Amino acid sequence: MTITKKYPRNLLRKDAILAAIGAYRDRFFSWLIPVGAFLLSLAILSIVIAVAKVSPLVAYGALMRGAFGNQHAIATTLIHATVLIFAGLGIAVAFRSGVWNVGAEGQILIGGLTSAVVGIYVKGLPIYVHLPLCLASGFVGGSLWGGLAGFLLAKYRVNEIITTLMMNYIAMYFVGWLIRGPIRDPGGSDVQTFMILPSATLPIIYPGTNLHAGIIVALLTAVLIYVLMFRTSIGYQLRAVGINVHASRYSGMRIHLVQVSAMLISGGLAGLGGAAEILGAQYRLRDYFLSNYGFDAIAVAMLGQLHPIGLVLSGILFGGLKTGAATMQRMTNLPSSLIYLLQGTVVIFVVSATILQTMSARSLSRREERRNERRAPE
Amino acid sequence: MSDALLNSLIIEYLHSTIRIAVLIVLPCLGEVFLERSGVINIGMEGAILTGAFFGVLGSAITGSALVGVVFAVIAGAIVTLMFSVVVVTMRANQIVSGMAVNMVALGLTSFLNRLIFGVRGIPLMVAGIDPFPIPYLSNIPVIGRILFQQDVFVYLAYVLVPMAVFVMYRTTWGLKIRAVGEHPEAADTVGINVYAWRYRMAVLNGIMCGLAGAALSLSQLNTFTENMTAGRGFIAMAAVIFGRWNPASATLAALAFAATDALQLRVQGFGIGISSQFLMMMPYLFTLIAVAFFRGRWSMPAALASSYARESD
Amino acid sequence: MTNAVGFENIIKRFLGVVANDDISLAIPRNEIHSLLGENGSGKTTLMNILYGLYRLDSGRIYVDEQPVQINSPQEAIAHGIGMVHQHFMLVPVYTVAENIILGQRLKREPLLDLSSAEQSISDISRSYGLGVDPRAEVSQLSVGEQQRVEIVKALYRNAKILILDEPTSVLTPSEADELFVVLRRLKEEGRTIIFITHKLKEVMNIADRVTVLRGGRVVDTVSAKDVNEASLVRMMVGREVFFQVDKSIARPRGVALELDNVSVSNDKGKLALKNVSFVVEKGEIIGMAGVDGNGQVELEETILGLRTVDSGDVRICNQSTLKLRPDEIIKRGVASIPSDRERTGIIGAFTISENLLLKGWNDPRFSNHTFLDLKKIREYSENLMQDYDIRAPRSSTVVGHLSGGNKQKAVLARELASKPIVLVACQPTRGLDVGATEYIRQRILLERDRGAAVLLISADLDEILALSDRIMVLFNGEIMGSVDSDHINMEEIALMMTGWRAKDLENHESVNVAFRGNSL
Repeated sequence: MTITKKYPRNLLRKDAILAAIGAYRDRFFSWLIPVGAFLLSLAILSIVIAVAKVSPLVAYGALMRGAFGNQHAIATTLIHATVLIFAGLGIAVAFRSGVWNVGAEGQILIGGLTSAVVGIYVKGLPIYVHLPLCLASGFVGGSLWGGLAGFLLAKYRVNEIITTLMMNYIAMYFVGWLIRGPIRDPGGSDVQTFMILPSATLPIIYPGTNLHAGIIVALLTAVLIYVLMFRTSIGYQLRAVGINVHASRYSGMRIHLVQVSAMLISGGLAGLGGAAEILGAQYRLRDYFLSNYGFDAIAVAMLGQLHPIGLVLSGILFGGLKTGAATMQRMTNLPSSLIYLLQGTVVIFVVSATILQTMSARSLSRREERRNERRAPE
Repeated sequence: MSDALLNSLIIEYLHSTIRIAVLIVLPCLGEVFLERSGVINIGMEGAILTGAFFGVLGSAITGSALVGVVFAVIAGAIVTLMFSVVVVTMRANQIVSGMAVNMVALGLTSFLNRLIFGVRGIPLMVAGIDPFPIPYLSNIPVIGRILFQQDVFVYLAYVLVPMAVFVMYRTTWGLKIRAVGEHPEAADTVGINVYAWRYRMAVLNGIMCGLAGAALSLSQLNTFTENMTAGRGFIAMAAVIFGRWNPASATLAALAFAATDALQLRVQGFGIGISSQFLMMMPYLFTLIAVAFFRGRWSMPAALASSYARESD
Repeated sequence: MTNAVGFENIIKRFLGVVANDDISLAIPRNEIHSLLGENGSGKTTLMNILYGLYRLDSGRIYVDEQPVQINSPQEAIAHGIGMVHQHFMLVPVYTVAENIILGQRLKREPLLDLSSAEQSISDISRSYGLGVDPRAEVSQLSVGEQQRVEIVKALYRNAKILILDEPTSVLTPSEADELFVVLRRLKEEGRTIIFITHKLKEVMNIADRVTVLRGGRVVDTVSAKDVNEASLVRMMVGREVFFQVDKSIARPRGVALELDNVSVSNDKGKLALKNVSFVVEKGEIIGMAGVDGNGQVELEETILGLRTVDSGDVRICNQSTLKLRPDEIIKRGVASIPSDRERTGIIGAFTISENLLLKGWNDPRFSNHTFLDLKKIREYSENLMQDYDIRAPRSSTVVGHLSGGNKQKAVLARELASKPIVLVACQPTRGLDVGATEYIRQRILLERDRGAAVLLISADLDEILALSDRIMVLFNGEIMGSVDSDHINMEEIALMMTGWRAKDLENHESVNVAFRGNSL
């Protein structure tokens, strides 16, 4: 513990020591919880696998090989991770602001839609104009989709859980309808759109694989969001409102604006995830092309403790699980959706652990206050 | 098209509406009670799926579909019981936890399905529950075919819906449940155990989801396939909201949603202009519009989704 | 004469405070007994223990002379104890009858048969003149009517002992009179009434006997016949010694804050401030004395722009603030130390720096429109920590881990660093230890000497007397009087806090001190 030279007298103050202990305990927990939850879930998964008379080590080995074993695997992992990181960032921004955005699924879809439409039908632009334009459209699409829920929440206090949840399915069927109708490519056998123009594609960054520049954009965005949340006044307000809306109101923050901004940013980030996937991996809209990413991203966000660093790591982790699952299924006959068992238990542990942490902090402060008891003067 | 043909088309359409509706109505009823007590469970999908699987398992092991139903109900109850431990006792975030339940259920049922039944080209068929007509009533023209030539789960629903309305509004149980969801503190001070009631409603929800799962896998499809619930849990939730947390209106909402689902199935076959996608969007769109336009008057239980903790705890 | 309720050596602790410090008390049957005391004297805590909402740390309770253990409101009800709280425990969407029978065993359980209940409720209501309609929906009732529902609720459960916690705080004077009629009726019937209050007039009006609590202890129990308001005040407030602070003479220089005939409603629609007018000049401290619940919070919120006025004007440096947003008002130079530190004063999970930033995130010193200059913020924070003696290892310490005194110093630092023109300090030293209290009071004086206009809203009379240049009393949303601090003493302030107007003090002979020129 470093004490700056200005306060040598605080070395012995009980106040200072207690505060320092508290700070270390907080930091300890923020790493312990996700890591512990993951290991615990892994242990449970191992038991389940063992019941199937498969060696957990073999299963995990297959999983790892499938996720990171060769350059193609790593590429696919990072491609999945791209979407998860984008959406996870969006969810993190919303949750940290106290807005429960469970509509990432829909926002991803709308972002994919808008980016594809601009990518297919806006012709004659060079790539350095067209591509950013498509990405921006993806952001804007998701942003507006989420922003509607944010507006309803801020102005009319309509519960955002209900609105964003409903808008997931509205998005799903709306996009489905568009794909079958106005923007359908009649030539293909599947229900799909035309391909996006070459000037709208995200370039491959590792030749020989499918790995596209989306991952770079995602990582840059993670840095950007970190800066936003912790180094700008907007991020400061978002976090303040998310933790204590009363104190924020008292210090003059405009709560409605903050909430709408949170949803706009959150939806936009998720939309970017959809855009990255279309512009980099799929090149056209297809039915059910991005199902479940939105809900998976919630798991990613929880495990990543709503922090950009954690999000990137857990995004890559879950992306790897998604990729490796197919290999695991092939080699051990365990169904690839077993991965969801792991994901679900991780989330449950993370979410329960947070409560335990709050309870332990409260009992510590209770003991501390008892020591400083104040009695009325005689 | 002749009149007789048109008539029979409409009758068949209504018949399948009812048949589809039961899968939504059953979990919907359970969720109405649970949300009225203040807990929102988006993990219904997982509970129904688990019920569907264990229903098939029970039937496969014993050869009796009835045992399968029992298995399904117990499985559903256990799933939501675990959910309620996390959400009521540990006071974890209800949305995230519900989502986690869905994931766990998906993973677990797929795994157990492979483990026990193996990978199959043709799905395994088990002893199921066949629809049977109710004597006399099924001979009534028109209505007889629509309402009384269904399977046992539908008949069960006919009984459960009025029961639900009765319990909710005419019993002390219903009064307590609603109090717990509106003002848990006031309920606590008059001696109502908020936690216990939320647990009970969760188990009820689980039982209903289990029944729906059994209906799906034992009565309608006679088999289990991975992720077979296909979003019905979420439609049920939309019905709860669109039905304003009232068992009767939620049932009507579920029927309306089922009607659009049945319609879109038929429309696909006929190639009529209205896209099936558009139809499938309707339930969610209407619910969104209702909630957005009526705002304050679409009043949900005041304490919904907020965890309750006594001040002295 | 049997006692209805008896307390023996009751001790109850809360975070850092001993709320009930060895209380022993007996309340005989069939009387109206009043528990009188200031905020924090322990009266509500004691009754909450009796009603099973709190668990006592040590001591014994007797009901009808039998020792009892009461662990929940259910058990209290079983012993014939009913309580009407300050915050009603009624489900708004239910009818009166539904609320009253909630949790009760009905004859044909589980069938919900409201008709017999409705009949009983009407009977009870009629026999006590309560005027409660069992079919009315609670959310449609006025506050006074809701309170009567709570009373019927207790009577329906056969409460022989009825506890009322500050019942008149939500009533109009005529509603209060009606309540007293009801209470006298209940007493005639043989019930025992315990009446928690801080309002002397009511005690003299209705109580048979009074127990005065102070600082968690019983001062005395007296018969209402044997005392007058002045002697009660002396018991409530009693300290002869108060913090002496060296205070230079105030030199007011121009009006900074002005309230002009302001009327404001609270969240329940009742008027919280009634035609309030006063000014605060730069370089002076106005002490607004008053017990919680008389409009202080609404006053605080109105000045900060968090609550709209029904009528009247609020002016900062002669410019109306009615159309301004809270952040614009802050920019005009208004600072506040909020009364609810944990809820509105600090963000516990944030660091000291981040809390200090609550008043400067769009200040050009710290952010150039978007980006925060973390280095400057840290320097600023460290300087403030030193200036204001905030004891923590560094500015990145989470504020939730600090002691109460340090938290308040952080609030102080944040608000004062902007060199405000107007400072609204609400209960600034509540819950703090002696050292922090001293420090904060000194600081407030320094601000006044610097030329700020300070409005000190406090229920702590020591504080009001020690710091204020001019003293006003807020009671029931009205200003009871405005007096120079040299010309008044503690008892007189206390009397005004219970409803006396300043001009009445002059005339009343029972006030046993000279009105002018007397210091304590």
